[in-house]
Amino acid sequence: MIDKTVRSLEAAVADVFDGATVMISGFGGAGQPAELIDALIAQGAKDLTIVNNNAGNGEVGLAALLKARRVRRIICSFPRQVDSQVFDGLYRAGEIELELVPQGNLAERIRAAGAGIGAFFTPTGYGTQLAEGKETRVIDGRPYVLEYPIHADFALIKALKGDRWGNLVYRKTARNFGPIMASAAKCAIAQVAEVVPLGALDPETVVTPGIFVQRVVPVVAAPGARAAA
Amino acid sequence: MQRLTRDQIAARVARDIHEGAYVNLGIGLPTLVANHLPRDREIFLHSENGLLGMGPAPAQGEEDPDLINAGKQPVTILTGGCYFHHADSFAMMRGGHLDVCVLGAFQVSVTGDLANWHTGGPDAIPAVGGAMDLAIGAKQVYVMMEHQTKSGESKIVERCSYPLTGIGCVNRIYTDLAVIDVTPQGLKVIEFVTDLTFDELQRLTGVPLLRSAEALPA
Repeated sequence: MIDKTVRSLEAAVADVFDGATVMISGFGGAGQPAELIDALIAQGAKDLTIVNNNAGNGEVGLAALLKARRVRRIICSFPRQVDSQVFDGLYRAGEIELELVPQGNLAERIRAAGAGIGAFFTPTGYGTQLAEGKETRVIDGRPYVLEYPIHADFALIKALKGDRWGNLVYRKTARNFGPIMASAAKCAIAQVAEVVPLGALDPETVVTPGIFVQRVVPVVAAPGARAAA
Repeated sequence: MQRLTRDQIAARVARDIHEGAYVNLGIGLPTLVANHLPRDREIFLHSENGLLGMGPAPAQGEEDPDLINAGKQPVTILTGGCYFHHADSFAMMRGGHLDVCVLGAFQVSVTGDLANWHTGGPDAIPAVGGAMDLAIGAKQVYVMMEHQTKSGESKIVERCSYPLTGIGCVNRIYTDLAVIDVTPQGLKVIEFVTDLTFDELQRLTGVPLLRSAEALPA
């Protein structure tokens, strides 16, 4: 019997190694797998390359991982925010590398990795600082920039429900990067609010098919957290 | 001279958004446009974090941290709206499926180059988000901005001095003084505020303006 569920957060991230590339889902706080990140901090892996839309908010979740000095490099689209003080300090001190990617190129590079695409031409960023030094091509009169996929060793994602085969559904705009990151990582680890029996998820509405997911770990909502309905 | 308020600029932009349009309103000034969309038109607001059919802000106490807009503020979803992942969301943009995108700007050039993501200052931490995708990703790209900087320099320029967001991507500029189309012939004034003459507008703008036949103080 195939059972991808893992009983503890600790076990779910036990094999994340030093120097790994780790994708972390979320757009700001929505969809950020805070409990998996806390488990990763406790596990101790360092020199990580992190892929996320942002670079942490406040002092929790991704910001806490940065603050613990576990991240050597971050690939993201929007690091600077009113509450990105942890990243800002590390960046100004030269203690973290930043690869800044336009948001749609970030999403497509992740998607391309999961879809087995070797590279793609995108119009986004053409003629700007963020395309300097990159190969370009004019196709049907329109200029494009060549962008390469972003592969990951692990993806930490947050979903609403999962089953033992790894099928996932999400909640509202917390879906954001989850589905594409799951497909782009060798090992996708999903924290879910609820593990449901096989068949409980309508096959017509499964968002991430289980083939993209290696581990599912249930997370008990923190007291006072809103019910995820 | 009576400059338009930010809300008046937003209302002017809203007038040009047609029934059935798929629209993305950029972070900042453009979000005001949502307050002025005519209630008798069905218009689909797209939020690039993964939402079509975005509704207004929720009542106090009804906020849901899983339902936010691109500015990470709590929003609602209209009946008939839907959610999707980031690659689909940017395919909607890059693939030319959005009808209108409204963006703020530091500068727009005579040929429609846009600078709106980075001041380029040595101490500034760069952050781009979806700005470059939005700039090239809609059938019509509207810019909404003050005509001049606080120090009185025209934000419509021969060449952008700030780092570019996109090249030749802007179709129309709405300012507190005028509505201006970017055309192959140059910048064409469609409307300008009352008690301002075309010559005064030209002087405040600093790059050559064309006057469309029907351009009137509006």
